[in-house]
Amino acid sequence: MHKSIIAIGGLAAGLLSATPAWVQEKIAIKSTSVDLPAGDVLFQGPDADAINNNCLACHSTDMVLNQPALPKATWDAEVRKMITVYRAPVDEADVGAIVDYLVKTKGKN
Amino acid sequence: MHRESDMASNRPANFSTATLQHVLSRRSALRQLGLAGLALSAAPAFAEDIIKLPLPSDPRERPLTHDFPQKGTMILQRTRPPLLETPFEVFDHGVFTPNNQFYVRWHWAVIPTSVDVASFRLAVRGHLNQTLSLSIDDLRSLPQVELAAVNQCSGNSRGFYEPRVPGAQWSHGAMGNAIWTGVRLKDVLDRAGVKAGAVQVRFDGLDEPVVPDAPDFKKSLDIDHARDGEVMIAYAMNGEQLPLLNGFPLRLIVPGWYSTYWVKMLNDIEVLDKPDDNFWMAVAYTIPDTPHASITPGQTGVKLVPINKMVPRSFFTNVASGATLPAGPSAPLRGIAFGGDSGVAKVELSIDGGKSWQPTALGKDHGKYSFRQWQVNVSLGEKGSHSFMVRCTNQGGDVQPEAPNWNPSGFMRNVIETVQVTAS
Repeated sequence: MHKSIIAIGGLAAGLLSATPAWVQEKIAIKSTSVDLPAGDVLFQGPDADAINNNCLACHSTDMVLNQPALPKATWDAEVRKMITVYRAPVDEADVGAIVDYLVKTKGKN
Repeated sequence: MHRESDMASNRPANFSTATLQHVLSRRSALRQLGLAGLALSAAPAFAEDIIKLPLPSDPRERPLTHDFPQKGTMILQRTRPPLLETPFEVFDHGVFTPNNQFYVRWHWAVIPTSVDVASFRLAVRGHLNQTLSLSIDDLRSLPQVELAAVNQCSGNSRGFYEPRVPGAQWSHGAMGNAIWTGVRLKDVLDRAGVKAGAVQVRFDGLDEPVVPDAPDFKKSLDIDHARDGEVMIAYAMNGEQLPLLNGFPLRLIVPGWYSTYWVKMLNDIEVLDKPDDNFWMAVAYTIPDTPHASITPGQTGVKLVPINKMVPRSFFTNVASGATLPAGPSAPLRGIAFGGDSGVAKVELSIDGGKSWQPTALGKDHGKYSFRQWQVNVSLGEKGSHSFMVRCTNQGGDVQPEAPNWNPSGFMRNVIETVQVTAS
Protein backbone atom coordinates (compact mmCIF):
# COMPACT_ATOMS: atom_id res chain seq x y z
CA MET A 1 0.00 0.00 0.00
CA HIS A 2 2.78 2.46 0.85
CA LYS A 3 5.45 1.18 -1.45
CA SER A 4 6.55 4.63 -2.45
CA ILE A 5 7.13 5.78 1.09
CA ILE A 6 10.35 4.62 2.66
CA ALA A 7 10.75 4.63 6.40
CA ILE A 8 14.30 5.73 7.03
CA GLY A 9 14.62 5.16 10.75
CA GLY A 10 15.71 1.64 11.66
CA LEU A 11 16.41 0.43 8.12
CA ALA A 12 19.08 -2.17 7.52
CA ALA A 13 22.49 -0.79 6.73
CA GLY A 14 22.45 -2.32 3.29
CA LEU A 15 19.43 -0.33 2.33
CA LEU A 16 20.76 2.83 3.85
CA SER A 17 23.88 2.66 1.77
CA ALA A 18 21.69 2.89 -1.31
CA THR A 19 20.20 6.09 0.00
CA PRO A 20 21.72 9.45 -0.91
CA ALA A 21 24.24 10.73 1.61
CA TRP A 22 22.04 13.55 2.76
CA VAL A 23 19.36 11.35 4.27
CA GLN A 24 21.88 9.52 6.41
CA GLU A 25 22.55 12.64 8.42
CA LYS A 26 19.96 14.65 10.21
CA ILE A 27 18.78 17.47 8.00
CA ALA A 28 19.50 20.80 9.66
CA ILE A 29 16.46 22.99 10.22
CA LYS A 30 17.42 26.50 11.24
CA SER A 31 15.45 29.62 12.08
CA THR A 32 15.03 31.78 9.01
CA SER A 33 14.48 35.47 8.39
CA VAL A 34 14.11 36.95 4.94
CA ASP A 35 13.14 40.18 3.25
CA LEU A 36 10.55 40.20 0.50
CA PRO A 37 10.45 42.77 -2.30
CA ALA A 38 7.92 45.50 -1.54
CA GLY A 39 6.14 45.33 -4.88
CA ASP A 40 5.10 48.97 -4.59
CA VAL A 41 5.24 50.05 -8.22
CA LEU A 42 2.24 52.20 -9.17
CA PHE A 43 -0.17 51.98 -12.06
CA GLN A 44 0.65 54.61 -14.65
CA GLY A 45 -1.40 57.31 -16.31
CA PRO A 46 -3.68 60.20 -15.44
CA ASP A 47 -6.63 57.93 -14.61
CA ALA A 48 -4.76 55.63 -12.25
CA ASP A 49 -5.57 57.30 -8.93
CA ALA A 50 -8.57 55.11 -8.12
CA ILE A 51 -6.83 51.83 -8.88
CA ASN A 52 -3.66 52.95 -7.09
CA ASN A 53 -5.59 54.01 -4.00
CA ASN A 54 -7.78 50.94 -3.71
CA CYS A 55 -6.07 47.89 -5.14
CA LEU A 56 -2.43 47.92 -4.08
CA ALA A 57 -2.93 47.01 -0.42
CA CYS A 58 -3.50 43.37 -1.33
CA HIS A 59 -1.44 42.89 -4.49
CA SER A 60 1.15 44.51 -6.69
CA THR A 61 0.37 46.00 -10.11
CA ASP A 62 2.04 43.22 -12.08
CA MET A 63 -0.83 40.82 -11.33
CA VAL A 64 -3.08 43.12 -13.34
CA LEU A 65 -0.60 44.11 -16.01
CA ASN A 66 0.20 40.47 -16.81
CA GLN A 67 -3.45 39.70 -17.55
CA PRO A 68 -4.55 39.30 -21.14
CA ALA A 69 -7.15 41.58 -22.68
CA LEU A 70 -10.46 40.66 -21.09
CA PRO A 71 -14.05 41.83 -21.69
CA LYS A 72 -15.47 44.64 -19.57
CA ALA A 73 -17.91 42.22 -17.91
CA THR A 74 -14.97 40.11 -16.76
CA TRP A 75 -13.17 43.13 -15.28
CA ASP A 76 -16.35 44.26 -13.59
CA ALA A 77 -16.78 40.80 -12.06
CA GLU A 78 -13.14 40.76 -10.92
CA VAL A 79 -13.50 44.07 -9.09
CA ARG A 80 -16.78 42.93 -7.51
CA LYS A 81 -15.13 39.66 -6.44
CA MET A 82 -12.31 41.55 -4.76
CA ILE A 83 -14.87 43.56 -2.77
CA THR A 84 -17.43 40.93 -1.86
CA VAL A 85 -15.31 37.79 -1.56
CA TYR A 86 -11.88 39.07 -0.62
CA ARG A 87 -13.21 42.05 1.40
CA ALA A 88 -11.04 44.59 -0.38
CA PRO A 89 -11.75 47.97 1.23
CA VAL A 90 -12.59 49.64 -2.07
CA ASP A 91 -14.37 52.97 -1.97
CA GLU A 92 -17.66 52.38 -3.82
CA ALA A 93 -17.29 55.75 -5.51
CA ASP A 94 -14.04 54.52 -7.08
CA VAL A 95 -15.38 51.27 -8.56
CA GLY A 96 -16.35 52.87 -11.87
CA ALA A 97 -12.96 54.51 -12.29
CA ILE A 98 -11.15 51.26 -11.45
CA VAL A 99 -13.14 49.27 -14.01
CA ASP A 100 -12.65 52.03 -16.58
CA TYR A 101 -8.89 51.92 -16.04
CA LEU A 102 -8.82 48.14 -16.39
CA VAL A 103 -10.91 48.23 -19.55
CA LYS A 104 -8.78 50.97 -21.04
CA THR A 105 -5.55 49.18 -20.16
CA LYS A 106 -6.55 45.54 -20.44
CA GLY A 107 -9.91 45.52 -22.17
CA LYS A 108 -11.28 44.13 -25.37
CA ASN A 109 -14.62 44.52 -27.05
CA MET B 1 6.99 40.49 11.46
CA HIS B 2 8.41 37.87 13.79
CA ARG B 3 5.83 36.48 16.14
CA GLU B 4 7.37 33.57 17.91
CA SER B 5 5.23 33.88 21.02
CA ASP B 6 2.09 33.58 18.93
CA MET B 7 2.87 30.54 16.91
CA ALA B 8 1.26 28.04 19.20
CA SER B 9 -1.96 30.00 19.32
CA ASN B 10 -4.29 30.20 16.40
CA ARG B 11 -4.18 33.86 15.36
CA PRO B 12 -2.51 36.82 17.01
CA ALA B 13 -5.22 39.43 17.15
CA ASN B 14 -2.92 42.38 16.71
CA PHE B 15 -1.01 41.04 13.75
CA SER B 16 -3.48 41.65 10.96
CA THR B 17 -4.43 45.00 12.39
CA ALA B 18 -0.87 46.18 12.54
CA THR B 19 -0.25 44.99 9.04
CA LEU B 20 -3.35 46.63 7.69
CA GLN B 21 -2.38 49.88 9.33
CA HIS B 22 1.01 49.54 7.77
CA VAL B 23 -0.56 48.93 4.40
CA LEU B 24 -3.07 51.73 4.81
CA SER B 25 -0.38 54.15 5.79
CA ARG B 26 1.58 53.00 2.81
CA ARG B 27 -1.45 53.64 0.66
CA SER B 28 -1.59 57.18 2.01
CA ALA B 29 2.06 57.52 1.24
CA LEU B 30 1.44 56.24 -2.25
CA ARG B 31 -1.11 58.96 -2.79
CA GLN B 32 1.41 61.58 -1.76
CA LEU B 33 4.25 60.31 -3.85
CA GLY B 34 3.22 62.29 -6.87
CA LEU B 35 5.17 62.47 -10.07
CA ALA B 36 8.55 61.73 -8.53
CA GLY B 37 7.30 58.38 -7.32
CA LEU B 38 5.69 57.62 -10.63
CA ALA B 39 8.88 58.34 -12.50
CA LEU B 40 10.88 56.18 -10.13
CA SER B 41 8.55 53.22 -10.35
CA ALA B 42 8.31 53.41 -14.12
CA ALA B 43 11.93 52.33 -14.51
CA PRO B 44 11.91 49.46 -17.01
CA ALA B 45 13.59 46.17 -16.43
CA PHE B 46 16.67 45.61 -18.56
CA ALA B 47 16.13 43.72 -21.78
CA GLU B 48 18.29 40.77 -20.77
CA ASP B 49 16.11 40.27 -17.75
CA ILE B 50 12.99 39.65 -19.82
CA ILE B 51 11.65 36.28 -20.90
CA LYS B 52 9.00 35.84 -23.56
CA LEU B 53 6.50 33.12 -22.67
CA PRO B 54 4.87 31.19 -25.54
CA LEU B 55 1.36 32.37 -24.61
CA PRO B 56 -1.35 32.73 -27.28
CA SER B 57 -1.68 36.50 -26.86
CA ASP B 58 -0.02 39.47 -25.19
CA PRO B 59 1.37 40.24 -22.78
CA ARG B 60 3.97 37.50 -23.17
CA GLU B 61 6.96 39.20 -21.62
CA ARG B 62 7.83 38.75 -17.97
CA PRO B 63 10.81 39.91 -15.94
CA LEU B 64 13.33 37.34 -14.80
CA THR B 65 13.95 38.11 -11.16
CA HIS B 66 16.71 37.34 -8.69
CA ASP B 67 15.17 39.46 -5.96
CA PHE B 68 13.46 36.79 -3.86
CA PRO B 69 15.11 35.23 -0.82
CA GLN B 70 16.51 31.69 -1.18
CA LYS B 71 15.55 31.80 -4.87
CA GLY B 72 17.63 31.85 -8.00
CA THR B 73 16.41 33.00 -11.41
CA MET B 74 12.61 32.96 -11.50
CA ILE B 75 9.94 34.25 -13.83
CA LEU B 76 8.17 37.10 -12.06
CA GLN B 77 4.42 36.73 -12.44
CA ARG B 78 3.52 38.82 -9.39
CA THR B 79 5.72 40.54 -6.82
CA ARG B 80 3.25 40.69 -3.89
CA PRO B 81 2.07 38.24 -2.81
CA PRO B 82 4.72 36.33 -4.75
CA LEU B 83 3.93 34.30 -7.85
CA LEU B 84 7.24 32.98 -9.17
CA GLU B 85 7.41 30.56 -12.07
CA THR B 86 10.16 28.05 -12.77
CA PRO B 87 11.94 28.76 -16.06
CA PHE B 88 11.11 25.75 -18.22
CA GLU B 89 14.73 24.93 -19.09
CA VAL B 90 15.15 23.81 -15.47
CA PHE B 91 13.01 20.75 -16.23
CA ASP B 92 15.56 19.55 -18.79
CA HIS B 93 18.26 19.29 -16.13
CA GLY B 94 16.75 16.38 -14.23
CA VAL B 95 13.60 15.05 -12.62
CA PHE B 96 14.08 16.94 -9.36
CA THR B 97 13.46 20.66 -9.34
CA PRO B 98 16.08 22.59 -7.35
CA ASN B 99 14.69 24.29 -4.25
CA ASN B 100 15.98 27.65 -5.38
CA GLN B 101 14.02 27.41 -8.62
CA PHE B 102 10.92 25.66 -7.34
CA TYR B 103 7.85 27.73 -8.18
CA VAL B 104 6.14 29.91 -5.59
CA ARG B 105 2.49 30.78 -5.17
CA TRP B 106 0.85 32.67 -2.29
CA HIS B 107 -2.72 33.86 -1.95
CA TRP B 108 -2.39 36.51 0.77
CA ALA B 109 0.26 39.15 1.20
CA VAL B 110 0.76 38.76 4.96
CA ILE B 111 3.52 36.16 4.97
CA PRO B 112 5.72 35.90 8.06
CA THR B 113 9.25 36.73 6.98
CA SER B 114 10.81 35.22 10.07
CA VAL B 115 10.21 31.85 11.66
CA ASP B 116 11.93 30.77 14.87
CA VAL B 117 12.38 27.01 14.87
CA ALA B 118 12.69 26.65 18.65
CA SER B 119 9.38 28.32 19.42
CA PHE B 120 7.38 27.19 16.39
CA ARG B 121 4.50 24.89 17.27
CA LEU B 122 2.12 22.85 15.15
CA ALA B 123 -1.31 22.71 16.76
CA VAL B 124 -3.31 19.48 16.35
CA ARG B 125 -6.82 19.97 17.67
CA GLY B 126 -10.50 19.36 17.13
CA HIS B 127 -12.32 16.03 17.16
CA LEU B 128 -9.50 14.23 18.95
CA ASN B 129 -8.81 12.48 22.21
CA GLN B 130 -6.09 14.99 23.01
CA THR B 131 -4.87 18.28 21.64
CA LEU B 132 -1.22 18.44 20.65
CA SER B 133 1.21 21.29 20.36
CA LEU B 134 4.21 19.89 18.51
CA SER B 135 7.63 21.42 18.14
CA ILE B 136 9.82 20.62 15.17
CA ASP B 137 11.80 18.29 17.42
CA ASP B 138 8.58 16.58 18.53
CA LEU B 139 7.75 15.89 14.91
CA ARG B 140 11.23 14.62 14.21
CA SER B 141 10.87 12.05 16.96
CA LEU B 142 8.26 10.32 14.79
CA PRO B 143 9.35 7.90 12.04
CA GLN B 144 10.93 9.84 9.18
CA VAL B 145 9.66 9.11 5.70
CA GLU B 146 10.53 10.41 2.27
CA LEU B 147 8.64 10.52 -0.98
CA ALA B 148 9.25 11.91 -4.46
CA ALA B 149 6.21 13.84 -5.59
CA VAL B 150 5.15 16.44 -8.11
CA ASN B 151 3.65 19.62 -6.74
CA GLN B 152 1.58 21.38 -9.40
CA CYS B 153 -0.61 24.45 -9.18
CA SER B 154 -4.25 23.85 -10.13
CA GLY B 155 -3.83 26.65 -12.66
CA ASN B 156 -0.51 25.57 -14.16
CA SER B 157 -0.53 26.49 -17.89
CA ARG B 158 -3.57 28.75 -17.41
CA GLY B 159 -1.96 31.26 -19.76
CA PHE B 160 -2.58 28.88 -22.67
CA TYR B 161 -6.35 28.84 -22.13
CA GLU B 162 -8.41 30.10 -25.07
CA PRO B 163 -10.60 32.03 -24.52
CA ARG B 164 -8.18 33.50 -21.99
CA VAL B 165 -9.32 33.58 -18.37
CA PRO B 166 -8.27 35.86 -15.50
CA GLY B 167 -5.83 34.57 -12.89
CA ALA B 168 -2.10 33.94 -12.68
CA GLN B 169 -1.02 33.75 -16.31
CA TRP B 170 1.31 30.81 -15.86
CA SER B 171 3.15 29.10 -18.63
CA HIS B 172 4.05 25.48 -17.79
CA GLY B 173 6.37 26.29 -14.89
CA ALA B 174 3.92 26.29 -11.96
CA MET B 175 5.03 22.78 -11.10
CA GLY B 176 8.00 21.04 -9.60
CA ASN B 177 9.17 17.69 -8.33
CA ALA B 178 11.04 17.11 -5.09
CA ILE B 179 11.94 14.47 -2.56
CA TRP B 180 9.91 15.42 0.48
CA THR B 181 11.15 14.37 3.90
CA GLY B 182 9.02 14.45 7.00
CA VAL B 183 6.47 12.40 8.88
CA ARG B 184 3.21 10.73 8.02
CA LEU B 185 0.15 12.79 8.86
CA LYS B 186 -1.39 9.51 9.99
CA ASP B 187 1.24 9.12 12.69
CA VAL B 188 0.51 12.60 14.03
CA LEU B 189 -3.25 12.04 14.00
CA ASP B 190 -2.86 8.64 15.65
CA ARG B 191 -0.83 10.23 18.41
CA ALA B 192 -3.67 12.66 19.08
CA GLY B 193 -6.30 9.93 18.75
CA VAL B 194 -9.01 10.67 16.18
CA LYS B 195 -12.49 10.31 17.68
CA ALA B 196 -15.27 8.38 15.99
CA GLY B 197 -17.33 10.67 13.79
CA ALA B 198 -14.39 12.63 12.38
CA VAL B 199 -15.17 13.65 8.79
CA GLN B 200 -12.43 15.92 7.51
CA VAL B 201 -9.11 17.40 8.56
CA ARG B 202 -8.50 21.10 7.96
CA PHE B 203 -5.08 22.65 7.46
CA ASP B 204 -4.03 26.24 8.05
CA GLY B 205 -0.73 28.05 7.65
CA LEU B 206 0.87 31.16 9.09
CA ASP B 207 -0.05 33.37 6.13
CA GLU B 208 -2.95 35.75 6.59
CA PRO B 209 -5.13 38.07 4.54
CA VAL B 210 -4.21 41.73 4.45
CA VAL B 211 -7.82 42.57 5.33
CA PRO B 212 -8.69 40.93 8.65
CA ASP B 213 -12.19 39.75 7.75
CA ALA B 214 -11.19 38.27 4.41
CA PRO B 215 -11.23 34.45 4.28
CA ASP B 216 -8.04 32.97 5.72
CA PHE B 217 -6.59 30.32 3.41
CA LYS B 218 -7.50 26.87 4.75
CA LYS B 219 -7.88 23.53 3.00
CA SER B 220 -9.35 20.21 4.04
CA LEU B 221 -9.01 16.55 3.20
CA ASP B 222 -11.43 13.74 3.97
CA ILE B 223 -10.42 11.86 7.11
CA ASP B 224 -9.65 8.62 5.25
CA HIS B 225 -7.42 10.49 2.81
CA ALA B 226 -5.65 12.28 5.67
CA ARG B 227 -4.97 8.90 7.29
CA ASP B 228 -3.94 7.00 4.16
CA GLY B 229 -0.29 6.87 5.23
CA GLU B 230 0.88 8.81 2.18
CA VAL B 231 -0.13 12.34 3.12
CA MET B 232 2.89 13.84 4.86
CA ILE B 233 4.04 16.78 6.89
CA ALA B 234 7.37 17.70 5.30
CA TYR B 235 10.20 19.56 6.97
CA ALA B 236 12.61 19.16 4.08
CA MET B 237 12.65 19.08 0.30
CA ASN B 238 15.52 17.69 -1.71
CA GLY B 239 17.46 17.11 1.48
CA GLU B 240 17.32 20.64 2.86
CA GLN B 241 14.90 22.68 4.91
CA LEU B 242 12.16 24.29 2.84
CA PRO B 243 12.79 27.73 1.40
CA LEU B 244 10.56 30.13 3.33
CA LEU B 245 8.55 30.88 0.22
CA ASN B 246 7.91 27.17 -0.31
CA GLY B 247 6.41 26.85 3.16
CA PHE B 248 9.15 26.80 5.80
CA PRO B 249 9.17 25.24 8.33
CA LEU B 250 6.41 22.69 7.54
CA ARG B 251 4.37 21.91 4.48
CA LEU B 252 1.58 19.45 3.93
CA ILE B 253 2.36 16.97 1.13
CA VAL B 254 -0.65 15.50 -0.64
CA PRO B 255 0.80 13.13 -3.23
CA GLY B 256 -1.07 13.08 -6.52
CA TRP B 257 -3.31 16.01 -5.64
CA TYR B 258 -3.08 19.60 -6.80
CA SER B 259 -0.93 21.98 -4.81
CA THR B 260 -3.83 23.94 -3.37
CA TYR B 261 -3.98 21.23 -0.69
CA TRP B 262 -0.25 21.36 0.06
CA VAL B 263 -0.65 24.01 2.77
CA LYS B 264 2.52 26.01 3.35
CA MET B 265 3.85 27.19 6.75
CA LEU B 266 1.51 24.60 8.22
CA ASN B 267 0.85 25.46 11.88
CA ASP B 268 -2.69 24.26 12.53
CA ILE B 269 -4.41 20.93 11.96
CA GLU B 270 -8.06 20.74 12.94
CA VAL B 271 -10.06 17.51 12.82
CA LEU B 272 -13.67 18.28 11.93
CA ASP B 273 -16.83 16.35 12.69
CA LYS B 274 -18.63 17.93 9.76
CA PRO B 275 -17.60 18.83 6.20
CA ASP B 276 -15.55 21.99 5.82
CA ASP B 277 -17.65 24.70 4.17
CA ASN B 278 -15.01 27.44 4.28
CA PHE B 279 -14.65 29.59 1.14
CA TRP B 280 -11.45 27.91 -0.05
CA MET B 281 -13.17 24.52 -0.13
CA ALA B 282 -16.76 25.37 -1.01
CA VAL B 283 -16.26 28.14 -3.58
CA ALA B 284 -12.65 28.64 -4.60
CA TYR B 285 -10.75 25.82 -6.26
CA THR B 286 -13.89 24.08 -7.45
CA ILE B 287 -14.15 22.49 -10.89
CA PRO B 288 -17.00 21.39 -13.12
CA ASP B 289 -17.91 17.78 -12.35
CA THR B 290 -17.43 16.86 -16.01
CA PRO B 291 -14.78 14.93 -18.00
CA HIS B 292 -11.50 16.90 -17.83
CA ALA B 293 -13.37 19.50 -15.75
CA SER B 294 -14.31 20.95 -19.09
CA ILE B 295 -17.30 23.05 -20.10
CA THR B 296 -18.19 25.37 -22.97
CA PRO B 297 -17.44 29.05 -22.32
CA GLY B 298 -20.62 30.60 -20.95
CA GLN B 299 -22.13 27.27 -19.92
CA THR B 300 -24.00 27.49 -16.60
CA GLY B 301 -25.85 25.17 -14.27
CA VAL B 302 -22.90 22.80 -13.92
CA LYS B 303 -22.31 20.93 -10.69
CA LEU B 304 -19.06 22.04 -9.06
CA VAL B 305 -16.80 19.91 -6.87
CA PRO B 306 -13.51 20.65 -5.09
CA ILE B 307 -10.51 20.12 -7.35
CA ASN B 308 -8.71 16.93 -6.35
CA LYS B 309 -6.48 14.41 -8.13
CA MET B 310 -3.97 15.46 -10.75
CA VAL B 311 -4.10 14.13 -14.29
CA PRO B 312 -1.28 12.92 -16.54
CA ARG B 313 0.95 15.36 -18.40
CA SER B 314 4.09 15.23 -20.51
CA PHE B 315 6.41 17.85 -21.94
CA PHE B 316 9.33 18.26 -24.29
CA THR B 317 12.25 19.76 -22.39
CA ASN B 318 15.06 19.86 -24.97
CA VAL B 319 13.12 21.39 -27.85
CA ALA B 320 10.56 24.18 -27.97
CA SER B 321 8.42 25.48 -30.79
CA GLY B 322 10.52 27.48 -33.20
CA ALA B 323 13.65 25.39 -32.65
CA THR B 324 15.84 24.35 -35.55
CA LEU B 325 17.31 20.84 -35.53
CA PRO B 326 19.82 19.33 -37.92
CA ALA B 327 18.18 17.11 -40.51
CA GLY B 328 19.51 13.59 -40.18
CA PRO B 329 18.84 10.10 -39.04
CA SER B 330 18.83 10.58 -35.31
CA ALA B 331 17.63 13.65 -33.44
CA PRO B 332 17.31 13.11 -29.70
CA LEU B 333 14.10 14.24 -28.11
CA ARG B 334 13.49 14.14 -24.39
CA GLY B 335 11.28 15.46 -21.70
CA ILE B 336 9.42 14.77 -18.51
CA ALA B 337 6.09 13.22 -17.70
CA PHE B 338 4.02 12.50 -14.66
CA GLY B 339 0.94 10.39 -14.18
CA GLY B 340 -0.95 12.56 -11.70
CA ASP B 341 -2.47 10.31 -9.07
CA SER B 342 -0.80 7.18 -10.44
CA GLY B 343 2.49 6.30 -12.06
CA VAL B 344 3.56 6.81 -15.65
CA ALA B 345 2.60 3.74 -17.69
CA LYS B 346 3.92 5.00 -21.01
CA VAL B 347 4.96 8.10 -22.88
CA GLU B 348 4.49 8.15 -26.63
CA LEU B 349 5.63 10.42 -29.42
CA SER B 350 3.88 11.32 -32.65
CA ILE B 351 5.65 12.93 -35.58
CA ASP B 352 2.62 12.88 -37.88
CA GLY B 353 0.15 15.11 -36.10
CA GLY B 354 -1.20 12.40 -33.86
CA LYS B 355 -2.07 9.81 -36.54
CA SER B 356 0.44 7.33 -35.19
CA TRP B 357 2.34 7.04 -31.95
CA GLN B 358 5.68 5.45 -31.13
CA PRO B 359 6.97 4.43 -27.72
CA THR B 360 9.67 6.31 -25.86
CA ALA B 361 12.18 5.01 -23.35
CA LEU B 362 11.40 5.90 -19.76
CA GLY B 363 14.09 6.95 -17.31
CA LYS B 364 14.56 5.85 -13.72
CA ASP B 365 11.36 5.32 -11.74
CA HIS B 366 11.44 7.48 -8.61
CA GLY B 367 7.96 6.41 -7.55
CA LYS B 368 4.50 6.86 -8.88
CA TYR B 369 4.12 10.51 -7.88
CA SER B 370 7.43 11.71 -9.36
CA PHE B 371 8.39 13.26 -12.67
CA ARG B 372 9.82 10.63 -14.98
CA GLN B 373 12.12 11.37 -17.87
CA TRP B 374 11.43 10.04 -21.35
CA GLN B 375 13.58 10.05 -24.44
CA VAL B 376 13.50 8.88 -28.02
CA ASN B 377 15.52 9.41 -31.18
CA VAL B 378 13.62 10.50 -34.27
CA SER B 379 14.66 10.59 -37.87
CA LEU B 380 14.47 14.04 -39.42
CA GLY B 381 15.26 12.93 -42.96
CA GLU B 382 13.40 15.74 -44.65
CA LYS B 383 14.26 19.37 -44.27
CA GLY B 384 11.38 21.62 -43.37
CA SER B 385 8.87 21.91 -40.60
CA HIS B 386 7.98 19.05 -38.29
CA SER B 387 5.32 18.78 -35.65
CA PHE B 388 6.04 16.62 -32.61
CA MET B 389 3.46 15.59 -30.04
CA VAL B 390 3.98 13.81 -26.74
CA ARG B 391 1.39 12.11 -24.58
CA CYS B 392 1.42 10.28 -21.26
CA THR B 393 -0.80 7.43 -20.18
CA ASN B 394 -0.86 6.75 -16.45
CA GLN B 395 -1.08 3.45 -14.59
CA GLY B 396 -4.76 4.07 -14.04
CA GLY B 397 -5.31 4.14 -17.81
CA ASP B 398 -5.91 7.89 -18.05
CA VAL B 399 -4.41 9.45 -21.16
CA GLN B 400 -3.87 13.08 -22.05
CA PRO B 401 -6.69 14.45 -24.24
CA GLU B 402 -6.23 15.65 -27.82
CA ALA B 403 -8.36 18.74 -27.24
CA PRO B 404 -7.71 21.29 -24.51
CA ASN B 405 -10.17 21.49 -21.65
CA TRP B 406 -11.79 24.78 -20.66
CA ASN B 407 -13.29 26.09 -17.44
CA PRO B 408 -13.55 29.68 -16.17
CA SER B 409 -10.85 29.15 -13.54
CA GLY B 410 -8.22 27.80 -15.92
CA PHE B 411 -7.69 24.61 -13.93
CA MET B 412 -6.38 21.15 -14.84
CA ARG B 413 -4.97 21.80 -18.28
CA ASN B 414 -3.39 18.59 -19.57
CA VAL B 415 -3.89 18.62 -23.34
CA ILE B 416 -1.26 16.79 -25.42
CA GLU B 417 1.63 19.20 -25.99
CA THR B 418 2.87 19.93 -29.50
CA VAL B 419 6.10 21.57 -30.66
CA GLN B 420 6.77 22.88 -34.17
CA VAL B 421 10.41 22.55 -35.18
CA THR B 422 12.37 23.06 -38.38
CA ALA B 423 14.91 20.57 -39.74
CA SER B 424 17.72 22.19 -41.71
